[in-house]
Amino acid sequence: MIKQFRFTVNGTETALEVDSDTPLLYALRNDLELKGTRFGCGSGQCGACIVLIDGHPTPSCDTPLWAVAGKRITTVEGLSKGSELHPLQRAFLAEQAAQCGYCTSGILISAAALLAKNPKPTEVEVREALDRNLCRCGSHNRMVRAVLRAASELAA
Amino acid sequence: MNTVTEGRLKRPGSLEKNPRLSQWLRVESGGTVSVFSGKVEIGQGILTALAQIAAEELGIALDRIRMVAADTAMSPDEGVTSGSLSIQDSGAALRRACAHARVLLLERAAVRLGVSTKDLQVDDGSIRAAGRSTTFWECSDATLLDCEVDESAILRSPHQYRVVGKLASRLDLPGKIAGRPHFIQDMVLPGMLYGRTVRPSHGFSGINSLDEGKVRSMPGIAAIVRDGSFLGVLADREEVAISAQRALRQAASWRRTASLPNDVYAWLKERALDHRVISEKENGEAKSKAVRTFDASYTKPYISHASIGPSCAVAQFKDDKLVVWSHSQAIFNLRRDLAMALSMGEDAVVVRHVESAGCYGHNGADDAALDAALLARAAGGRPVQLQWMRDDEFAWAPCGPAMALSLRASLDSQGDIVDWQHELWSNGHSSRPGRADSPALLAAWHLSKPHERPSAINMPLPAGAADRNAVPIYDFPNQRVVNHYVRDMPVRTSALRSLGAYANVFAIESFMDELAQAAGVDPTAFRLRHLKDPRARAVIEAAARRAEWNRWKPAEGRGHGIGFAKYKNLGAYCAAIAEVDVSHEVRVSRLVLAVDVGLVINPDGVINQIEGGAIQSTSWTLKEQVKLGAGGIASLGWEDYPILKFSEVPAVEVELIDRPDLPAVGAGEAAQAPTGAAIANAVAHALGLRVRELPLTSERIVAAIERA
Repeated sequence: MIKQFRFTVNGTETALEVDSDTPLLYALRNDLELKGTRFGCGSGQCGACIVLIDGHPTPSCDTPLWAVAGKRITTVEGLSKGSELHPLQRAFLAEQAAQCGYCTSGILISAAALLAKNPKPTEVEVREALDRNLCRCGSHNRMVRAVLRAASELAA
Repeated sequence: MNTVTEGRLKRPGSLEKNPRLSQWLRVESGGTVSVFSGKVEIGQGILTALAQIAAEELGIALDRIRMVAADTAMSPDEGVTSGSLSIQDSGAALRRACAHARVLLLERAAVRLGVSTKDLQVDDGSIRAAGRSTTFWECSDATLLDCEVDESAILRSPHQYRVVGKLASRLDLPGKIAGRPHFIQDMVLPGMLYGRTVRPSHGFSGINSLDEGKVRSMPGIAAIVRDGSFLGVLADREEVAISAQRALRQAASWRRTASLPNDVYAWLKERALDHRVISEKENGEAKSKAVRTFDASYTKPYISHASIGPSCAVAQFKDDKLVVWSHSQAIFNLRRDLAMALSMGEDAVVVRHVESAGCYGHNGADDAALDAALLARAAGGRPVQLQWMRDDEFAWAPCGPAMALSLRASLDSQGDIVDWQHELWSNGHSSRPGRADSPALLAAWHLSKPHERPSAINMPLPAGAADRNAVPIYDFPNQRVVNHYVRDMPVRTSALRSLGAYANVFAIESFMDELAQAAGVDPTAFRLRHLKDPRARAVIEAAARRAEWNRWKPAEGRGHGIGFAKYKNLGAYCAAIAEVDVSHEVRVSRLVLAVDVGLVINPDGVINQIEGGAIQSTSWTLKEQVKLGAGGIASLGWEDYPILKFSEVPAVEVELIDRPDLPAVGAGEAAQAPTGAAIANAVAHALGLRVRELPLTSERIVAAIERA
């Protein structure tokens, strides 16, 4: 059923008039043109589409719009402040922590959620926090190092 | 036929096919250089390495280079981005093109400044002499580079390199890490429709019936497209196209093809139709010294590409011309097969490369391009973005072929190998577009006027395909290697990272360890005893040193193992040492790799590729196997095809052996085979018994323990 939904995306109040079952992923990518959140599997198993919903990392591919009405959404585009990158993004660049980069947005979001909850994670905790995100190119260790680097920069 | 022939290249790299200087670069008035390569970025960082080569020979800063995405309308045709050949093909050509361009620019500058070229002072494209100055950007015009590349232009010596061999940050990562639109999935064109194709998860030869009424009446449907048993849907919104795809799958009754064999390995051995001896060495005297003979058989399952982003393409028809945006590895070959499938002239089709998620071989990219074109043909001139869903990707992209291998070897009384035999059974490892008389594109086989589906073939040795790395690199006095080619394909197969090398080296290196054990010799020492090549010895010794191989402390359930290969017996040397803990399942705790790729273009780029290859190979080796069900692939989602997770990824250490005076070879596939073999050997070391069937899952480990 077509309905108007209001929610906050990256700090901006947003209203959309679409079917209430529309997955959040397509509202973000196609209605709001936030292409950084990506489709991988459609069933919440790969993490490429993870966004923060009221601070919780959640796959957007199987989250219908009706479930996020009134909530705060943060996508990868919302991590940076204007042209200033988030410390995690700076650390990913410093560590050259990607190959193809398709899974990167979802991993950055999962990592941001971790650091918000646990600012000084151990390596084991970083790996556990990222276990919902798949990476096929094998950039895992670089990304783990990048998250630890960002954590220590934030603590400094 | 089992092989294709490749012409001998006379000029270096891709210059043979693309000799004009203007095909390779354009000096822009704004102070940049546009570089055209036919090789494509597939997540491996190749455009950064090629930019380094161009900057080096032009003598300008790396940030002045603009790598132009490959496009059949303006890029050199460099065949396929595959086989770890981009540095050899494109790099070698660009190096000479840029050296020649620099000569021409300096000659022009000397004329302008009224001096001789030897009086010019040149720095990053700025030129000074006799108190006057000019720049590369002023000296270039449309005609300057309109000539053949002169290979006699002097190349910079590797010892003077300022950009090549130095760490360079990947050009594409800032955009990707910022989350900016970058991938083909992110493309938006005015008026674009979203498309999905409709296929069942099993093999099919046609549609018996289709009740499309319900879908036709769904709001937002632009068209249902059918041509024979090719079926697709177009919608204004992406989620509507997906819902319609699901509904059409239910609404169609499919004519199923024959079911798949229960025992793939027995099936491969029964169906082999071409038996080729690919290497034979005889030395009767050595053979007569054999005192013990050993046999072992190994298997490797079908493996999926399992890229995180499913295949995608954008297509648009305009005035009888077709433009396709694709993440194909071979845009020119794709253009040829698209034209064939659509009965169009090749000159009416343009294919432009746009990046997608990581690509490790011939995946669904080319198929998606034809899918998109067929949907676009019904879109009245509007552009169409087609993306496969996760289950489409698992069910329909080609798989890396299953392989069966049988080895036999004899030891003399000194414990040296005096006879070696290796037989392998496999489908062909390439069914890429551009090589057959009919299009190698999925949808073409289902049209109302269907094209014949080409069989997967093998490229000839020395690079080989199914038999890649089957000829041992060790020095054995007697050897015989046989490639049994199986043409029928129960599962669609094609090239997956390292092709047959992964299975051949798994078998060879496992067997080397079994023989070392029988001879009572340390596995590393046993390999060195059978190896003369100093570069091969050097990577084994470097890995052993770094991993402190000789200081291993035995512990219950722990093991270490080594694997080694020279990729294709032509390219990179790589030795891997794995350390594992085995309880109810295998956990790889550490991988140490030493690698020699000749001259290193971008050290961090090579390390990234080796690390990534090693981790992917760990995933293949411990977990991956495409499950087959009645009539098709049963691994349709991540729950049926698990890959290595963050918490399971081992520590990876890479040691680079830089050889600036030796030709640069590719790094992308070098780690695949040695890593798998090293893990298998480490598991055998930990368990005291050997598992010869991949992957090394807990079920396999338990079964092996129970058998023992």
